[in-house]
Amino acid sequence: MTVNGWVQIAVLAAIVAALTRPLGGYLMRVASGERLVLTPALGWLERGLYRVAGVDPAQEQSWLGYALAMLVFKAGGFALLYAILRLQSVLPLNPAGQGPLSADLAFNTAISFLTNTNWQSYGGETTMSHLSQMLGLTAQNFLSAATGIAVALAVVRGFARRSAATIGNFWADLTRITLYVLLPVCVVGALVLVWQGVPQTLLASVDATTMEGAKQTISLGPVASQEAIKMFGTNGGGFFNTNSAHPFENPNALTNMLQIIAIFALGGALTNTFGRMVRDERQGWAIFGAMALLFMAGVTVLYWSEGHGNPALLSLGMDPTLGNMEGKEVRFGIAQSALFSTVTTDASCGAVNAMIESFLPLGGRVALVNIMLGEIIFGGVGSGLYGFLLFAIVAVFVAGLMVGRTPEYLGKKIEAREVKLTMLAILCLPLVMLGFTALAVVLPGPAGAISTAGPHGFTEALYAYVSAGGNNGSAFAGLPANTPFWNTTLGITMIVGRFFVMIPALAIAGALAAKKSVPASSGTFPTHGPLFVGLVIGVILIIGGLTFFPALALGPIAEHLAITAGTLY
Amino acid sequence: MLNHIRPALVMLTGLTLLTGLAYPLAITGIAEAIFPWQAQGSLVEKGGAVLGSTLIGQNFSGSGYFHPRPSATTGPDPKDAGKTVAAPYAADNSMGSNLGPTAKALVDRVKDDITKLQAENPGIPVPGDLVTTSASGLDPDISPAAADFQVPRIARTRGLSQPDVRAIVAAHTTPRWLGVFGESRVNVLAVNLALDAAGK
Repeated sequence: MTVNGWVQIAVLAAIVAALTRPLGGYLMRVASGERLVLTPALGWLERGLYRVAGVDPAQEQSWLGYALAMLVFKAGGFALLYAILRLQSVLPLNPAGQGPLSADLAFNTAISFLTNTNWQSYGGETTMSHLSQMLGLTAQNFLSAATGIAVALAVVRGFARRSAATIGNFWADLTRITLYVLLPVCVVGALVLVWQGVPQTLLASVDATTMEGAKQTISLGPVASQEAIKMFGTNGGGFFNTNSAHPFENPNALTNMLQIIAIFALGGALTNTFGRMVRDERQGWAIFGAMALLFMAGVTVLYWSEGHGNPALLSLGMDPTLGNMEGKEVRFGIAQSALFSTVTTDASCGAVNAMIESFLPLGGRVALVNIMLGEIIFGGVGSGLYGFLLFAIVAVFVAGLMVGRTPEYLGKKIEAREVKLTMLAILCLPLVMLGFTALAVVLPGPAGAISTAGPHGFTEALYAYVSAGGNNGSAFAGLPANTPFWNTTLGITMIVGRFFVMIPALAIAGALAAKKSVPASSGTFPTHGPLFVGLVIGVILIIGGLTFFPALALGPIAEHLAITAGTLY
Repeated sequence: MLNHIRPALVMLTGLTLLTGLAYPLAITGIAEAIFPWQAQGSLVEKGGAVLGSTLIGQNFSGSGYFHPRPSATTGPDPKDAGKTVAAPYAADNSMGSNLGPTAKALVDRVKDDITKLQAENPGIPVPGDLVTTSASGLDPDISPAAADFQVPRIARTRGLSQPDVRAIVAAHTTPRWLGVFGESRVNVLAVNLALDAAGK
């Protein structure tokens, strides 16, 4: 670890914190349907879409109506994306002549982009036509991110409203977030990326003859437009196989920092939007603070771990100065790689600028634990906030139990129904993550596919299901996951990870919106101070720890002990 | 449920066309107008022929050139299309080694590379990036230490003095952005082009 590395980390944290309030205020105005600075430019499009769709944006929906609208929209999105992937060979914009995807790969990929996971069982440049990348993947990157933010806004309305029957209009939220938030930031972001060297062309590739006379085919495509939404929408699905490690996706330190900021920007800002909507910004900052502390803990361990060289290589005569460079790029080095890897796993993004599989055991463990905690450290856009609010409900419930009072959060009594729904959402994730991992390592077919022996191989399988369930999408990428078993089970895991959290969260919002507000009294547990921050961090770590410690012991912890003892596999 | 079908179809169609077609095509048009070189892949040309891209590494094995990092990319086996073989710096198939830290395959590969490099330049610890594969398999850069390590071999082959070669490296070293962000690095293609331009 160097002072310079810590300066890089501190600057990025400061920029994200500085963006939180202005962006949070803007998001609140988008949520409330107010006139925005972009309304003169894009208002006609918004009104036109409502008119053709037969939607009255002022007519709000109950939680169930909101959830059903979202699900019908997702079902349509799945059918469209699946069809594009299966038919890409006969559709236009296929300059490289890519063939159709197999049924299980198309199922996995469609679910993956629909759920904002962006797990990639395929290599982009060797599989996808330009039409699939644009109309299929880029479009779903926008729509899955907009859905996540829409649901978060609806959930926050549930906390903010009193004796209300509705939590917003899904179609209005979806349209306004896409038009006024995601599209403008991506237009600017994509052009900055092109300026820095990210290609944006409809050519498939260019053939070069290298200085030594060899032939090199360089894949190209509409990369920048996909790259921008991949970051702002915390999607993480790269144009190329190696994602943000590929020099065309992420050419230098400036683009690397912009990508990191883009991943955290909207997730961080939503905590402020939450504070504003419940009319107490301190509530938002308490959540921001808890998330920031968990982030700092992760980046510290990861940076420390990767800053040391691999002990198995140092003994061979390798200079330790650069740290563990296997699977990392020279232009980023350890600090920017550690920062990116922490941010991308905190935020359910899943883009990578270094290969997590080649991290030292403790570094890889940080990435894994970040996802296991529920993708609530800023989290995916929208999903991070509503996921965190579930843990906040558990925290006030625990606090209520300790003093023997009915728990309250933001003036709302938290009762049996809310706690049951919260636990349903929290427990569904480990069920699919650990259940499928167990299945994959005992069934001879899938277990045989794991690329490595020893504890590392177990971690490879565990990471896949944890990543899918957390809707993260990063991988121990050595796993050859493009088989019917992995594609199908990972697809199911992604569905559970997305909708079995989203729908209970909306149901809780519906229940809370209907409640009256209880005036704060001297017995009310304040949820804007350090005590609450400490308690909610405790709850997150205890739930995550109790659930996943045995699996971590079999994987990264065992591997750490092996590497210290000099054991190789 | 049924009352959601019309808005779902309209929104899906409208927003998909907007974000999946209009947006990328508009960006393509603007990019090719204002940043045409970057939009096409930052290509380096010499006498009308494309030599490569400044952003994409390429393989060098001649002893008079700086060598890039090892690369884990593969290509189709010419003898058997169903199999793949090592094909370093295949820029149509980016790939990391994805070897875990306790993988015997990793340690064996690094051991071989270190042995070869130490024979070339004995007594100096081998810079880490010179014996580890990059995440993309297409890393265009090496660290200044990795460039410095190769200077004696290149000076010997080309009959240049070591200070002359070091000066060329220094002229092609990109410092940290704003002196703080990322790591300083040497673009292998650029420095090798400069070596050829310097003659010998």
